Amino acid sequence: MAQEEQSSRSIYTDIDDAGSDEEINKWQRTFRLWRETLKEHWGLLTDELSVKLSMLVVAGFMLIAIFAPFIATHQPLQRQYQGEAGIIIEDWVEPSLLGADTEYLLGTTAEGFDIFSQLIYGTRAALLVGLVAAIFTAGIGTLVGLVAGYYGGKVDDALMRIVDFLYGMPLLPTVIVLVAVLGPDLWNIILALIVLQWRSTARVIRSQSLSLRERPFVKAAEVAGAGDWHIISRHLAPNVLPMTFLYGSFGIAWAILAEAGISFIGLGDPNTVSWGTMLQASRAYSALSFGAWWWFVPPGICIGLLVISGFLIGRGYEEITNPKLQ
Amino acid sequence: MSANNVLLEVDDLKKHFKVNQGWIASLMESFGSGEPDYVHAVDGVSFELREGETLGLAGESGCGKTTTGMSLVKLHEPTAGDIIYDDKRLSEASDAEIKQFRQNAQMIFQDPFESLNPRMTVYDTVAEPLRIHDIPNETARVQRALEFAELLPAEHYFDQYPHELSGGQRQRVAIARALVLDPDFIVADEPVSMLDVSLRAGVLSLLDRMTEEFGLSVVYISHDLSLLRHMCDRLAIMYMGKIVEKGPTDQIIENPQHPYTQSLINAVPVPDPAVGRERVELQGEVGDVIDIPSGCRFKNRCSEYIGDVCDQVVPPLEQKTEFEQDVACHLYESAEGYDPYEEMGGSPSAAETGEGAESTPADD
Ligand SMILES: Nc1ncnc2c1ncn2[C@@H]1O[C@H](COP(=O)(O)OP(=O)(O)OP(=O)(O)O)[C@@H](O)[C@H]1O
Ligand code: SF4
Ligand SMILES: [Mg+2]
Repeated sequence: MAQEEQSSRSIYTDIDDAGSDEEINKWQRTFRLWRETLKEHWGLLTDELSVKLSMLVVAGFMLIAIFAPFIATHQPLQRQYQGEAGIIIEDWVEPSLLGADTEYLLGTTAEGFDIFSQLIYGTRAALLVGLVAAIFTAGIGTLVGLVAGYYGGKVDDALMRIVDFLYGMPLLPTVIVLVAVLGPDLWNIILALIVLQWRSTARVIRSQSLSLRERPFVKAAEVAGAGDWHIISRHLAPNVLPMTFLYGSFGIAWAILAEAGISFIGLGDPNTVSWGTMLQASRAYSALSFGAWWWFVPPGICIGLLVISGFLIGRGYEEITNPKLQ
Repeated sequence: MSANNVLLEVDDLKKHFKVNQGWIASLMESFGSGEPDYVHAVDGVSFELREGETLGLAGESGCGKTTTGMSLVKLHEPTAGDIIYDDKRLSEASDAEIKQFRQNAQMIFQDPFESLNPRMTVYDTVAEPLRIHDIPNETARVQRALEFAELLPAEHYFDQYPHELSGGQRQRVAIARALVLDPDFIVADEPVSMLDVSLRAGVLSLLDRMTEEFGLSVVYISHDLSLLRHMCDRLAIMYMGKIVEKGPTDQIIENPQHPYTQSLINAVPVPDPAVGRERVELQGEVGDVIDIPSGCRFKNRCSEYIGDVCDQVVPPLEQKTEFEQDVACHLYESAEGYDPYEEMGGSPSAAETGEGAESTPADD
């Protein structure tokens, strides 16, 4: 009899009857937890000197990119003087930094462009390529990986065949074809990089999702009646997010390098200054053999700095998130 | 009275898993040559779970306890057979009825380090089922569930992440999550085997209180017969995907009839440091769960083996004349007048056909 009473009542009966006025606001809570997590990660991340320096470098380049028009002393694609023949100048000005008596901080190119201004504007191209390509590759790769890993079976097969197909596509020939078809525009280069880059993120996220979805906490959510999207967004996504960030930060570095490479072989956007196009031009005019090192060394240093910073931040993040992933 | 109302009925449940073969085998199979192999994890299990009772599932590792438990809460789609809840066959239930079932069937998993999402706070973990089922008064209910699980003060735990908790605390969170929906029954799969011995008693007494205060039905899965004896009203002993003996706990522990149950009770549990839990060791090897042997599955380890009938006829789980519990063994006389020798002598192919039907493959 006591049994009977208990099965119709529960320890929640009074709550259900009377209701309750203290209800935690879900959004406020979620927001607060996110903020705390980010703060904690940020704290751990900036604990490491190499990461801190890398972040300063990236922040510095970002400021330069944003304020490029104010920092640059000249228009990057405006000839500063005319040669006798009028078209090809093949005559450069030495940097005033080295004591030359000119107004050009890093000298000029053989085409008569101000190298310092090109370098400043090149930061914009580098960061644009790096950030846009990385955000899209990480985003698409994560989404595809989550869906493939969670659903498995035919969905997984189909998506992974696409990934395999993309793995068969080499970088340069693909870019050549795409640029030939779409035109040598910076955005088309970014598009080509995204198309080629999301595959590796997708693969890693997929294999993580595959193992995550077999974990008991996902089973527990299933038992509670959670639907597919609920499980993907609440249980899988937060657990693969560190990997997404990691691949995202590597993606920035990779995209900047790739853009430089593409521009260097002459497939860059002729209407945009990038560090890659600067290197390409310096090679076309044999700057090396003329000893005009101030033309190609600065963009080389910038590429190196930004790429290494990207890798260091990615690695630092990996180190702080991996132990928690177990 | 109400204690005898059947809450859940399991009717000849089977769950077979396709053996993961290499791609050559699956290619051959898709061209029609070669049969896929199946692990017969659960192979025809029937029992009922009554309101308010605790039913123990025991047996050696790999006998299909977890698979049975997971099928009970619909984590597996049964290969054959059915589960009847509230007079409804789950295989025919509508979406709304499944949702209703989900609200009333919960599970506590073995490993508390794995059963909580490492990136979810205690509050969100316990509140999740309420959100899924749109149940109001979330905060008050979460608080009540945590208090019941003796995580006090509850607010203190709201913002903690699993890695900040001990194993015992985690298992309590998992129990609170299972109870927050006020379910009808819970499957507890070795809920204390991964815990430190010093923490077990606390969690066990919590589980005890849970059945008392919630009037819950519980399916309790464990290797540990002494623990089951303490927790359970009835026991079912499994061997290779089948129940070999089923009845009141005291009867089975004090007066085991099936040769397998007897050796299980006589065996001393040995601590297994690699797994961190105790394992029962018996003589001989468990049979092949892919190529199921004919006749009795226990025959090659059985000390009472009585010849061809054991070799050829599958002993059904049935009432016997001499004692209270149901036993699947030819040693005892059937209360319903079933004669295994008839099957063997009458038509020798009968056993064959039975066996053929048994290994019929299905999906998965
Ligand atoms: N998802 C799966 N896929 C393939 N085989 C499985 C799967 N789950 C379980 N099995 C197999 O089914 C059989 C029964 O497994 P189950 O986990 O139910 O046993 P158990 O009695 O719970 O064992 P333990 O005491 O070790 O937990 C085992 O042979 C196992 O390998
Ligand atoms: S049926 Fe035969 S082999 Fe099986 S347990 Fe009984 S006596 Fe042993
Ligand atoms: Mg198990």
